[in-house]
Amino acid sequence: MNNNNLLSDRKYIVGGFFILIACIYVARLFYIQIIDDKYKLDAQANAFRYITEYPVRGYIYDRNGKLIVFNEASYDLMVTPKETKGCDTMALCEVLQITKEEYLKRIKKASQAPNSPRKQSIFEKQMSAQTYAALQEKLYRFNGFFVQKRTVRKYPRPIAAHLLGYVGEVTKEQAEKNSYYREGDYIGVSGIERSYEEALRGKKGVQIAITDVHNKIVGRYMDGKYDTLAIPGKPLYCTIDVELQAYGEQLMKGKKGAIVAIEPQTGEILCLISAPAYDPNLLVGGKERSRNFTKLYYDSLNLPLLNRALQGQYPPGSTFKLIDALIAQKDEVINRNTVFPCSHGYPPMGGRPKCHSHPAMNLPGSISTSCNSYYSYVFRAIVDQKKYPKFVDGFEHWRTCVKSFGPGTKLGTDLPYDKPGNVPSVKYYNKVFGENRWRSNTVVSLGIGQAELTLVPLQMANVVALIANKGFYYSPHAIKGIGGEKYLDPKFKQKHYAYVQEAAYYDIVHDGMQGCLEGAYSTARTSIIKGITICGKTGTAENPHGKDHAVFSAFAPRQDPKIAIVVFTENAGFGGTWSAPIASLMIEKYLRGKITRPEIEKRMMEADLINSKNLIVERKH
Amino acid sequence: MRQNEYSLFYGVDRLTVLIYILLVLMGWGNIYAAVYNEEHSNIFDLSQKYGKQLIWIGSAAIIAFSILLVDTNVYTAFAFVFYALLIISNIIVRFVGRDIKGSHSWFIIGDFRIQPAEFMKFATNLALAKFLSNQNIIVNAQFRLRLKDLLNNYRNTIIALLIIGVPLILIKVLQDETGLAIVLIAFVVVLYREGLSVNFLIFGLLAGILFVVSLVVTQTSTLLIVLGCIAALSLFFVGRQRKNILIVVGVYILAAGVVLGTNQFYNKLEAHQKVRIDVLLGRGTVNLKKEGYNVNQAKIAIGSGGFLGKGYLQGTQTKYDFVPEQDTDFIFCTVGEEWGFVGSTLVIFLELFLILRIIFMAERQRSPFSRIYGYGVASVLFFHLAVNIGMTIGLMPVIGIPLPFFSYGGSSLWSFTILLFIFIKLDAYRLQILR
Repeated sequence: MNNNNLLSDRKYIVGGFFILIACIYVARLFYIQIIDDKYKLDAQANAFRYITEYPVRGYIYDRNGKLIVFNEASYDLMVTPKETKGCDTMALCEVLQITKEEYLKRIKKASQAPNSPRKQSIFEKQMSAQTYAALQEKLYRFNGFFVQKRTVRKYPRPIAAHLLGYVGEVTKEQAEKNSYYREGDYIGVSGIERSYEEALRGKKGVQIAITDVHNKIVGRYMDGKYDTLAIPGKPLYCTIDVELQAYGEQLMKGKKGAIVAIEPQTGEILCLISAPAYDPNLLVGGKERSRNFTKLYYDSLNLPLLNRALQGQYPPGSTFKLIDALIAQKDEVINRNTVFPCSHGYPPMGGRPKCHSHPAMNLPGSISTSCNSYYSYVFRAIVDQKKYPKFVDGFEHWRTCVKSFGPGTKLGTDLPYDKPGNVPSVKYYNKVFGENRWRSNTVVSLGIGQAELTLVPLQMANVVALIANKGFYYSPHAIKGIGGEKYLDPKFKQKHYAYVQEAAYYDIVHDGMQGCLEGAYSTARTSIIKGITICGKTGTAENPHGKDHAVFSAFAPRQDPKIAIVVFTENAGFGGTWSAPIASLMIEKYLRGKITRPEIEKRMMEADLINSKNLIVERKH
Repeated sequence: MRQNEYSLFYGVDRLTVLIYILLVLMGWGNIYAAVYNEEHSNIFDLSQKYGKQLIWIGSAAIIAFSILLVDTNVYTAFAFVFYALLIISNIIVRFVGRDIKGSHSWFIIGDFRIQPAEFMKFATNLALAKFLSNQNIIVNAQFRLRLKDLLNNYRNTIIALLIIGVPLILIKVLQDETGLAIVLIAFVVVLYREGLSVNFLIFGLLAGILFVVSLVVTQTSTLLIVLGCIAALSLFFVGRQRKNILIVVGVYILAAGVVLGTNQFYNKLEAHQKVRIDVLLGRGTVNLKKEGYNVNQAKIAIGSGGFLGKGYLQGTQTKYDFVPEQDTDFIFCTVGEEWGFVGSTLVIFLELFLILRIIFMAERQRSPFSRIYGYGVASVLFFHLAVNIGMTIGLMPVIGIPLPFFSYGGSSLWSFTILLFIFIKLDAYRLQILR
């Protein structure tokens, strides 16, 4: 059978065809199983759910180991919209006390980008313990919902809100920029919480769970071999003295302003008070937090959220004269015995700036009496020195020297959002007055800490610390230990030297400052504390916002300075009346731990300078 | 070693039986992995699919023994009877069968469900073998282009095609079981082996290519113009006798018919079938969450297996139900994910080896009946293999047909067992009887 033989060959074609197809399949398998990685990644995305374990945020202690910030458990209700079929919506709404419409609105929000119906998102933030307890009982009826445990900040004493800052949710931009954060995570927004975020936050842990097609967790991947534990945040040891901070805040009740105290030998911030303050406990929690924040934010009269200690750029007033006195001595344009005339003001300018009634004084006396005329002379003596033929060079010299004391520069502190203050430049005045159209007498009020000159209270305190140290300062800082160990950033161990370093010049200034309280023509006599030699300087800063600001800078004890402090009270009038007594109470509290002059304390605490007549604009001069 | 010719296993091809057993057991193990859950981890748990599959395997063994007991003459004598009975039951099932997932293809007897269409394969195979063993479909005489001559010459071919086509259309139209119907096309391979003109195949192949091309190229008019140009060019080369012109024009009309018909056909498809074609050809935007889900998940499962796989029962994709139908039509995903490239290649080659072994056995038959039947078995098995694995790796459209001996299900396992063991029995007696 010829035909059959021919046909019999067709077996090879049939067999060959079968083999060919099988080989094509094997090649295809080789491609998708070995060459192409896409499917492996997709498989992970399919079946793995990464469950975040949030670490406990680090506690914060004060310089004596007293707890200032700890955590409280809080519960977020999470939802995966895709899984909510069969959820007892009515019961859920009842527990959360929301309407059905609100429920649907939230589910919709959780389903839309950037959220996804298959992913979990927050349904109700930071439920109260009662809500959580009520919810927990019925949770089995709420398909698609589960509770995520988080922690929120808790403050045992309602103090130091500005210094500590607060914790809030990360913004979308932050989450995009930093891969550590996911939307809904917490991050330090201001204060210490912000600058030490990395130490405080710890490290999130991750559990890899295996899910089935319904996104239900069915087990742990490799029995948890690749899970990571959350690493708790490190505790911080703060430089502030909680008692001093609390006392200062109490004294500043009913006033606007700031108190900053620094330990001169170290640059450690002992207290940082901005008034009016708020209870830091207001800015934790979910709904309450945003409600309280809005309330504080829109209090435009008191601006409680403004950290005046770091951001209030005020004219320093007469406290600035100390710097002038030091520069002038160093430049040898004056000495201890130099006397300048004063006739209720600066004679060459027709009695302006004005001054009060006092006899002509030498250098220490001029500090004690705070003679405006004297420092107008001193300022011009510095600026118009013969070695600078061009006036602007002399001015620039003054400016550079001033800046070496801290004003006009950021101090390199570890607190965020500090302002640099302002020491006006030649360029600035050229713009205002025109080139060569201004002289030293044009800007003479700079010499008494007025005009465009501004400092933030932290800088004022730092200047006093520098003077107490006789020529140098450490960048003021609020943290001296991270994670229990005494860890200090090396930049805080570095001395910054001022233009003037000769101890003799400082001694003369110290004499004047001591005389400020104890001298015959002192400006702050009421603030004397028996047994503690305080060196101080009053200041009364004219300002366009109403009554003068009252300033008092001081350090004590004179021989071994333990505290340098500045008290700044907005629109309080004369520096010696309000700021100096407060400063002296603070010094006494810090050095002795108790107050020997309860009548002054009482008067200071009860004074309400915000709601009294002081607010009414009345210019005396 | 000569066996007693009265022994049940007399002449049985042991290698084939061995591969069969191997495949069935591997299938069972993979079904266990596919539907594995910790609450029912006993592989003999009869409430689970792997437990039930064990019952199917046991009953399939009984069927296999019974087939070996029956005299071979029964199959030849009753070939057409089987065929007629199954045609009838496939019609009846439309009217008495219960609706399961929109399909009227199941007889339900107590707890068990039987799909008569599954058994159409072996019946069609028997009928085809019976018919072709007595007839000849070889056309070698020169003939004129006349309808009468054509009918005369191709009479047997047409009858053979009808034997295949009638059940195919019945199953498709009455039961809407596309997968079970389309499998019967595999018998074309048998016709080819028995002398079907290569022209048929070339013509079919070209029509197939044209079909795919007209699905991909959506501009019908462009396609028709291009085809017209090809026709004109071929006329130029073959010379313009009247006969050639007639043939070229006839072919062109047929081709145009395919092109136009494709669009009609595509439009008439049900939505899910359209989508399956779209998914395969990558037409339009395929939503991987909806219509593209099956194939995409299948590819993910197989692709994530890597070279050696994730290990038995370690597959995350199949174990946690990401792949739909993973115990039946998509069982290959479990193999791919847990046994990797090595395992999946092994399964393909094992199945291929069985098929080639059957072809080898078919070729050693003395009787055309046995040879034709053998080719039928090989073709049907290969068709299942190619389409089933092809769809899981994205080379074929999704057509719901099982992987032979592997997939979960009684009807298909029984059907494949019957198909194969009739041939094993025929092969065992190949030397004795000349049919």
